[in-house]
Amino acid sequence: MEKNQPASKLLRTDRKTGIVGYGAYIPRYRLPGSEVAMLWTGSPKGSPVKEKAVAGLDEDVITMSIEAARNALVRANIDASELRAVWVGSESHPYAVKPSGTLVAEAIGASNDIQAGDWEFACKAGTEAMVAAIALVGSGMGRYALAIGMDTAQGKPGDALEYTASSGGAAFVIGPREEAIVNIEATYSFVSDTPDFWRRPEQKYPEHGQRFTGDPAYFKHVESAGRVMLEELGMKASDFTYAVFHQPNPRFPLKAGKDLGFTEEQIKPGLLVPVIGNTYAGASMVGLTAILDIAKPGDRILQVSYGSGAGSDAFYLEVTEKIAERRELAPSTADYLARRTEINYATYARFRGKIDMG
Amino acid sequence: MENPRYWRLKKQRYSLLGEVCPHCDSKIFPPRDICPECGGEAKTDFAFSGKGKVYSYTVMRDAPAGYEQNAPYTVAIVALDEGPMVTAQLTDLGEEPVRIGMPVEMVTRKLREDGEKKGILVYGYKFRPICFHENSQPASQGQAG
Amino acid sequence: MTEVVIAGIGQIPVGEHYTLSLRSMGVQALTRALKDSGGLKPDALYIGNLLSSMISHQSNLGALFTDYGRLDSIEAFTTEAAGASGAAALRLGVLAILSGQADTVAVLGVEKWSDLVRADAEAMITQELDYDYESIPGLTSTSQAALIQQRYLHEHDLEQNALSGFALLAHANAVHNPFAFYRNPLTEEGYARAGMLSDPITIFDGATYADGAAALVLTRRELLPRGYAHPVISVMGSGASSDALSWHDRTEPMSFTAAVRAIDQAVQQAGLSKEQIDLFELDDAFSIYAALTLEGVGLADKGAAWKMARDGEYNIGGRLPILTMGGCLARGNPIGAKGVYQVVEAVTQLRGAAGANQVKGARAALSLALGGPASTAIAHVLKRESE
Repeated sequence: MEKNQPASKLLRTDRKTGIVGYGAYIPRYRLPGSEVAMLWTGSPKGSPVKEKAVAGLDEDVITMSIEAARNALVRANIDASELRAVWVGSESHPYAVKPSGTLVAEAIGASNDIQAGDWEFACKAGTEAMVAAIALVGSGMGRYALAIGMDTAQGKPGDALEYTASSGGAAFVIGPREEAIVNIEATYSFVSDTPDFWRRPEQKYPEHGQRFTGDPAYFKHVESAGRVMLEELGMKASDFTYAVFHQPNPRFPLKAGKDLGFTEEQIKPGLLVPVIGNTYAGASMVGLTAILDIAKPGDRILQVSYGSGAGSDAFYLEVTEKIAERRELAPSTADYLARRTEINYATYARFRGKIDMG
Repeated sequence: MENPRYWRLKKQRYSLLGEVCPHCDSKIFPPRDICPECGGEAKTDFAFSGKGKVYSYTVMRDAPAGYEQNAPYTVAIVALDEGPMVTAQLTDLGEEPVRIGMPVEMVTRKLREDGEKKGILVYGYKFRPICFHENSQPASQGQAG
Repeated sequence: MTEVVIAGIGQIPVGEHYTLSLRSMGVQALTRALKDSGGLKPDALYIGNLLSSMISHQSNLGALFTDYGRLDSIEAFTTEAAGASGAAALRLGVLAILSGQADTVAVLGVEKWSDLVRADAEAMITQELDYDYESIPGLTSTSQAALIQQRYLHEHDLEQNALSGFALLAHANAVHNPFAFYRNPLTEEGYARAGMLSDPITIFDGATYADGAAALVLTRRELLPRGYAHPVISVMGSGASSDALSWHDRTEPMSFTAAVRAIDQAVQQAGLSKEQIDLFELDDAFSIYAALTLEGVGLADKGAAWKMARDGEYNIGGRLPILTMGGCLARGNPIGAKGVYQVVEAVTQLRGAAGANQVKGARAALSLALGGPASTAIAHVLKRESE
């Protein structure tokens, strides 16, 4: 087995891999930030986002993952029985104990001969699944692996996160380079023990360190991951067409991007947080789907996720000629954004289980 | 808690996996031991497309135990494109009113919770109005034939 | 040939009997029927019931009612056919006498409904549907009837309130029935103001489930006691049929095929034509059941039963009186006991004892009880003996 260059911090596979299919899912309900602001401040102003996506009464990480996965499989143009792994990253798995992955696998028609399981790493659980899928395919253990990042994030009523904690995500089929619509050139992860955001087992809502979630947490990890990736590649921000970052609010990814040398024009196409909120494990992944819906062959993309606790996964991606024929096979992320029903706070409270029915 | 009965039906519930009769080619949903058309033995898997049309519908206001949290909800008879009819909830209804003849597509959703927050979650088919253009995804993958 | 006669009838009012247990209700009806028969002693008891195992946590009703009814050690057990359970018990009683296995049979229809709160009870009645494929998606009996009515309105291009005639005539007839749950007349305005249960079904298009117990005593013609006090009413025909359990699996969803087959069988057995039937106690658990039954049997053209009901064709004094004591819509729907109530009411008519609701000169009556939307159908033809 050929070894990586000892000097490189990047993760690269011996066998080249790529994204062979992608699928987004965003639920149809939208809660305007003004509804949340009005309730807790008496004024409709002050929300960091226009609105956020809210899962319906019958939706959860499992059902949303199933739809995103079906979209990804259609674009991959493979049968689900060819998958060798189904991995779901989320911080809102419907069960505390019982995998989401097996149910999703069963529903999409995967075989029983697969790896299936759930990843947990706050908001980077989905990209952690992606790295694992890349490793599985890159090692030659299997031809295709499905990685999903999906959340139905809970914001404590009245907390700042209530404006943004939202529902949605994306699924990616990782496969061999020759079938890729996006080549995966390298990944890199940067992690440290940083207590910026957490939830103890018996708690319904997470706690967070307020301003501590900024510089020592989000910016430290996102920018370290991005910087190491660029340095190791010997590239600069202007070598990329697009960049997509974890997006807990509109301000953080723009600032991190700017610090790394990216312009707003490179970031905006994948910046969905103003209209869907923060989909946690799905955030940078669903942002990436929006970029892939418009990207051209040869476009280079830097993706950097962030998960509290804390860490970032960076991906260097390059779009191939195959994108045009395959992206039309499933609904676009823009289609999901356009499918929109506005709800008020009362309906939101009901949908998200905040009304105690005894 | 009734895990075995839910588990037994998971394939058909999650992805509308039915059967095609090897004798008369009838498409069968749900799977049966005996083909309702020709009386032959039926056992060949067939994945339904999940596309169909509303044959009738109603809005449930007075939900039975286990379903109160979802009321009001819409239940429909859906005539699947391949022939059989199924009873299922409609979900994600937008502004367009439900009507007989409305084209719908299958989605997998949470149907109910078994046993007071301690039991398993039951997932299965529901239908929604076809909300994307003609290239939207089929309901289920694989298992055909 | 053996002639089976209905020698005794008994019933308690349909309603919410909070002070009465399942066993008290049943014993009261049974006692009244045995007394009405002139003191016959049954050698078998067949009980029609759907929900006692769930609502009352009580099965083995045969032992319960022979014990509390002091029927000694006779053969006794339950028949279950959803809403046709009582009619099934009657059919079994008729067959037992015809076969020679029994001489005198008591038939009891009994249902205890009001021991549970509504949402729980609604989930239980729904067990008459296909649990895996109708109930699990969240359907109930009421909403299934709504699906059928919606389709009916669509196919015949009718307004939501088209079926009002059935509720209006049922409520008019129940005014004079002391055993009915609802005894106030219903007006068109009252009907129009009704709350929606499950679109397009309002509270007046779906019968109220209620407690009830009714009983019959059957015997051979020659075993009637000396000095028998009533005109002799015979069971001339009995028919039963079934259809797909799931309504969506029906080849012809809008034809109540099982009801048609059961009625044809019973009427032919009686040697009558449908034109000779003087009154029809049909199953109106939902108004749409009544419409589809009448159209299926050919007593109305397709899509026309609603109009005939509005035009008074089915009123007492009309072309074919139905629901003469209020039916399920106004007398109340005692579920597993329904089929026995229908026959008690038909016998009352044939005896000429229906008071203000008397169908003049009634000599032949038809009854039909359905389990689900005619998934199970059981029909009987009764006839008054010529003097």
